[in-house]
Amino acid sequence: MSNTPKYLKETPSQTAGPYVHIGLAPGAAGFEIYREELGRDIAGPNAEGARIRVEGIVLDGTGAPVKDVLIEAWQANSKGVYAHEESAGEVEEGFRGWGRVISDFETGEWGFDTVKPGPTPGRNGTTQAPHITLWIVARGINLGLNTRLYFEDEDNGSDPVLNTIEWEHRRQTLIARREGGSYRFDIRLQGENETVFFDI
Amino acid sequence: MTPAEFYQRDRRWHPPALARDYKTSLTRSPQYAAISLENTVSEITGPRFGHGDIDPLDNDLLSNFAQPGESPIGERIIVHGRVLDENARPVPNTLVEIWQANASGRYRHKKDTYLGAIDPNFGGCGRTLTDAEGYYYFRTVKPGAYPWRNWVNDWRPAHIHLSLFGSAFAQRLITQLYFEGDPLIATCPIVNTIPDAQAIDRLTAKLDMNATIPLDTIAYRFDIVLRGRRSTLFENRLEGN
Repeated sequence: MSNTPKYLKETPSQTAGPYVHIGLAPGAAGFEIYREELGRDIAGPNAEGARIRVEGIVLDGTGAPVKDVLIEAWQANSKGVYAHEESAGEVEEGFRGWGRVISDFETGEWGFDTVKPGPTPGRNGTTQAPHITLWIVARGINLGLNTRLYFEDEDNGSDPVLNTIEWEHRRQTLIARREGGSYRFDIRLQGENETVFFDI
Repeated sequence: MTPAEFYQRDRRWHPPALARDYKTSLTRSPQYAAISLENTVSEITGPRFGHGDIDPLDNDLLSNFAQPGESPIGERIIVHGRVLDENARPVPNTLVEIWQANASGRYRHKKDTYLGAIDPNFGGCGRTLTDAEGYYYFRTVKPGAYPWRNWVNDWRPAHIHLSLFGSAFAQRLITQLYFEGDPLIATCPIVNTIPDAQAIDRLTAKLDMNATIPLDTIAYRFDIVLRGRRSTLFENRLEGN
């Protein structure tokens, strides 16, 4: 009998590959199979708050669009409450806070409609500026990439997570820009103006 | 239970972002280090799914795309196992999604141009929720090997892709299942993005004769482990949640 602590090791990640759509967005792969695909409606019709659209493109290290990317979004409602038992408060009926989008096969553009999230509690009594958590998978990405989208028209100066980024100019890569009626959020996987990714 | 952090991901166990032999990773891997982020409510929460979201037969790839009375061609298999966390506790009621090629290695995807034939009775995707003990199962056909443009003569081993949620966005995981004994596993640049042979073995489903249905379907066992979570013995630094 050994006193060595017994823990299991996490199952290792592998790339989602180029045909991720078959499993997670079969309509885009070219066939209908499920009664309803998951992740198409983040906020639901009853959600309060400002309706917004978020759009962007993911670029690789050569500056070319990544046309086979899948992005999942996770966010709080307009009051800063997540649809989860460990978030204090209630969400509107049908508010899921989670969505799944894919890039266009020709252009690489992606976008989703939602409501603007409210501020959420941070650690140790701080408050986090409104943000949407993003998880990015694709061919060539061996372990899903975590990042956050913030809004340029919010007060981000005291956000505890942005302030952990030592290089102030890199914080700008996480700020979505107002562009017409929507927010623009381009993600650069590698190279100049590389988006900040988190080890969460 | 008071919310607490998930155990740090062991990034020497997972594949690194840049793995030169898997060519596409060269231009899709960040150059800068990831910023370490202590968990907040945004990471310890995640989407929940229920039986209203999916249909009971969504886990049966032998029938979920087949014409009535028809069945896909290929080796009929059951893939089953448990979803646990690093503390060996079951992860109940969590969504498991899979996708795969058919028996000839052809994906039902408009971007797949391989000359292996499409099977009119096989779609190639399934989904299910784990039960209270973390148990899940699928019925499907064993996928075929598949050529891909990496090196000139690269072939993926037979594999099934899996997507897992757990209860928190911090646990989100996509991986691939391989089959015990497949000689292509050792040659594959995607498999070998994983540095540790023990970690690779963890992605290999094992033949499970005890779960095999005689004269009907062969079974493979595949257990999955998601990140575990700290207990809050002395303090809670996630105040404000």
